[in-house]
Amino acid sequence: MLRAMETPVGERHAIALIDHTTAIQAEAVHAWFDLLHALRGITMTIPERKVTAVIGPSGCGKSTFLRCLNRMHELVPGARVGGSVLMDGQDIYAPGVDPVQVRRRVGMVFQKPNPFPTMSINENVAAGLTLAGERNGKLLDEIVEQSLRAAALWDEVNARLHEPGTSLSGGQQQRLCIARALAVSPEVLLMDEPASALDPASTLRIEELARDLANAITIVIVTHNMQQAARVSDFTAFLLGGALVEYGPTNDLFTKPKERQTEDYITGRFG
Amino acid sequence: MTRAAFEHDLQRLKIEVVRMGERAGEAIDRAVEALRARDVAAAEQVIAEDDAIDAMHLELEEWCMRLLATQQPMARDLRTIASVFAITIDLERMADHAEGISRATKRLGAEPLVKPLVDIPEMDIRIREMLRQALEAFRTQDARLAEQAAGIDDAVDQLRNQVLHELLELMVKDPQTIPRALELLIVARHLERAADHITNVCERVVYMVTGEMRELNV
Repeated sequence: MLRAMETPVGERHAIALIDHTTAIQAEAVHAWFDLLHALRGITMTIPERKVTAVIGPSGCGKSTFLRCLNRMHELVPGARVGGSVLMDGQDIYAPGVDPVQVRRRVGMVFQKPNPFPTMSINENVAAGLTLAGERNGKLLDEIVEQSLRAAALWDEVNARLHEPGTSLSGGQQQRLCIARALAVSPEVLLMDEPASALDPASTLRIEELARDLANAITIVIVTHNMQQAARVSDFTAFLLGGALVEYGPTNDLFTKPKERQTEDYITGRFG
Repeated sequence: MTRAAFEHDLQRLKIEVVRMGERAGEAIDRAVEALRARDVAAAEQVIAEDDAIDAMHLELEEWCMRLLATQQPMARDLRTIASVFAITIDLERMADHAEGISRATKRLGAEPLVKPLVDIPEMDIRIREMLRQALEAFRTQDARLAEQAAGIDDAVDQLRNQVLHELLELMVKDPQTIPRALELLIVARHLERAADHITNVCERVVYMVTGEMRELNV
């Protein structure tokens, strides 16, 4: 503990996470929207098969950071990324790396559930595989079932797989999107405010699901809701002004943060 | 967002905790004074007033619950509220010891004391100072002062041992004194326990300020 207090922020993470295998290593990640410098050198280790929450006020760069982890940031016109993001020691920004493959390994769900509107429940889940050319109906059915089970949705929809995805409730649609992301067997699932459009019961189901999924894959969740971060995550990162202020075990961060800025933010005295 | 209302509420909560602490301290002082003055009526009054301190405890507990439920406190705020929960229990118990002392005073009635009261009032003086420092540490969030206050517990323990040895000698010399000597022993024991509760308060203050949970004075 004492050691942790005396060491600079960057090294502290290494201490906190030393017992965990690394899923993603972000090294001095910068991001720009044209001239706007949105991320200013984020270095952090995201441990494997854990839930890592990223919190911070609006505009702090937390969603941008998330989108740098699967090369989605660069899809915005004028957007640029600097630094590196390592998975298995390989920089996902290295020349020759196919961003489509990166996004397959690192899936994402968004704030607003976005099932493909013209597709059935079944087609939605299978979409990633069918787009990749998979035609084996039996295999697809198996994967659809597995994915819906993993997303805790199977029991609710197995009798209506051919109905439109949009016929489901908001919470179910979000779990459908999670099932869709899981169908391509990602190693990491990025969740960008996945419950902010949902009612409290649906929110708790998503949180429970995130915890369950972390038995098999790595979860990174961006949330505005600090209680959610506290409930769901093993580690929490606090971003402010595009920089990482503090990163550590969730239990410590919410009971005894080390940085004044973190304290001010999580106690609601920010600004 | 600055949470001015919550901040204000927390400040008021802290003021009430200090007030409760002062009440508990006064109860101890008055209990010891009633014993010294052999004033059974004053002792009875200390006993009667314990209910008010119990009520303060319940009120503060409810207040904490309300803040937890409505404000979802984090970090220092969370530590403050969790500490107030624990501190008010210790203060309430402290007041119970004042009641215990007063009951001994009542049982002694008008019977002569087996020895002049020297160490027991001395214990009370130490406890008063210890509590003053502990409450000041709580009020100003001063972990070092809390540690210093907890250090006084050793002196209280030492005085208690002194009382014990003296009374043992008396009881061995003259078994007739045993019932009366036992009452003083009980009083010394209550005072010693009261100081232990103040030590707990000091531990909570250190936790509030630093986030470190550790025993003081072990």
